Amino acid sequence: MEPSAMTMQERRDIIHDVPDVTVISERSLSVWERLYNIDGLRRGVVIVTLALAWESYGRWLNNPLLFPTFGQTLEALWVGLSTGELTRHILASLQTLLIGYAAGVTLAVVLAMAATTSRIGNDLLTTLTSMFNPLPAIALFPLALIWFGLGVSSIVFVLIHSVLWAVALNTNAGFRGVSRTLRMVGRNCGLSGLSLIGKVILPAALPSVLSGLKIGWAFAWRTLIAAEMVFGVASGDGGLGWFILQSKNSLETPSVFAGLLAVIIVGLLVELLLFRAIERSTVERWGMQH
Amino acid sequence: MTSANPTTAALLEVKGVTLQYKTDRSQVTATFRVSFAVFAGDRYVLLGPSGCGKSTLLKAIGGYLQPSEGSVELAGREIIRPGPDRMMVFQEFDQLFPWLTVTQNVAFALTNGVGMSREHAIKKARDFVDRVGLSKFADTFPHALSGGMKARVAIARGMSVEPAILLMDEPFAALDALTRAQMQDDLLLCRQTATTIIFVTHSIAEAIKLGNRILLLSPHPGRVKAELGSDGRDDIDPADGLKKSERIHRLLFSEDRKPESD
Repeated sequence: MEPSAMTMQERRDIIHDVPDVTVISERSLSVWERLYNIDGLRRGVVIVTLALAWESYGRWLNNPLLFPTFGQTLEALWVGLSTGELTRHILASLQTLLIGYAAGVTLAVVLAMAATTSRIGNDLLTTLTSMFNPLPAIALFPLALIWFGLGVSSIVFVLIHSVLWAVALNTNAGFRGVSRTLRMVGRNCGLSGLSLIGKVILPAALPSVLSGLKIGWAFAWRTLIAAEMVFGVASGDGGLGWFILQSKNSLETPSVFAGLLAVIIVGLLVELLLFRAIERSTVERWGMQH
Repeated sequence: MTSANPTTAALLEVKGVTLQYKTDRSQVTATFRVSFAVFAGDRYVLLGPSGCGKSTLLKAIGGYLQPSEGSVELAGREIIRPGPDRMMVFQEFDQLFPWLTVTQNVAFALTNGVGMSREHAIKKARDFVDRVGLSKFADTFPHALSGGMKARVAIARGMSVEPAILLMDEPFAALDALTRAQMQDDLLLCRQTATTIIFVTHSIAEAIKLGNRILLLSPHPGRVKAELGSDGRDDIDPADGLKKSERIHRLLFSEDRKPESD
């Protein structure tokens, strides 16, 4: 058939026999593209660059008392970890944190559940959150001292405050955002009240709930370090905040840096290993978040 | 055909139902004293232009809304809440739970709705997923499905529970024309299962094709204009020389031209 010889009048119906097979219309990505797609790798490059900048500035300044190099900090970190002193403080911090975080999250979920089931519950949550969310946790330290004295309970008290409102706000927003259709499908299947919340509303709101948990985690971690500097001495092992403050008092600046680095590393590990893993196996897998 | 014996009692009776709902600013009357009866095996179509309250009426049958006047009775019992004896298929694509696979979505209705054991429910769900031609996607999450496939899963979910009535709220409205035609044919094919269906649509052609009984509703507020039988064909009625679709069109839209007598 010569297409150029065809004229408009000669066009006929054309029917092709398309065999019923799946055509693979994909191209595999090049090595570079694939490497660039790995989040961890890109972030790793950023971290290495920052570490190099730190090392070179420290060496140029040459004043370990004021600004130790990356190497000196790592050394202090290693010593702290191998002697078990820093490890002990990290574990102490995490233990306190878990108590406060769990209590805060539980309260937040109860509040959000009350808010979805009744109007007055919603009013309660909205009012409380707008009142207390802007209140910095540090502002509650004096009150915590009066009520609970120096000790773990004071720290848990301020931790709950820092976690509760952020998580409640996000959870409630997530619950409210669940589509009417999904709620109706749930009720159609005979669910109501708590079973509807547990089986439909909570999973449907999971992206917001998770982001609330992440924000709550970050708030709790930073509040904890600050609180330990105030209450740390009385709360058994002291925790990371106390370790940093003590190192400063004994002018061991590399240990101060090592303590701060430990704060950052623990924060990153929880974010990357815990929250990312949860997101990947839930909301991303379900196409609810990309 | 499984058309019911007229002497037997109706499966669903809608008796003088007035439905009202409140918006922020006002109270809207969606339907006014609507009455009709659906018999077992019916494919009953609620047809009317937007604003005739047909979807609201379906929600009332679903139990999501209480009539401010009149009552809705299923097998003699008044409907007061949603339940799996009236499974509903919605128009929206987001009616599947995104965290459950296709099979799990169907099984969810079976375990929660009729208290079936998990393994039993999964087995039955697979069977119904096969029936709507989605065997290949049985373990896929809904976000990877097309709109037509999602509608199929919703229909499979509705049918698997074997409800007294399957309520369908314009389930094909959001689909492209080709998929819609295919789905209509598929629905006619499941006629053998004799599921009683109430089907809401604003398409006259769809109503004639799918229904054996068509209720015409006039808008603002919805009132019953006529109730017609249908054999699935758009034939000319020798009485007035009109095609059924033309007759329905006149019935639905004539009042725009004629002044109201009452």
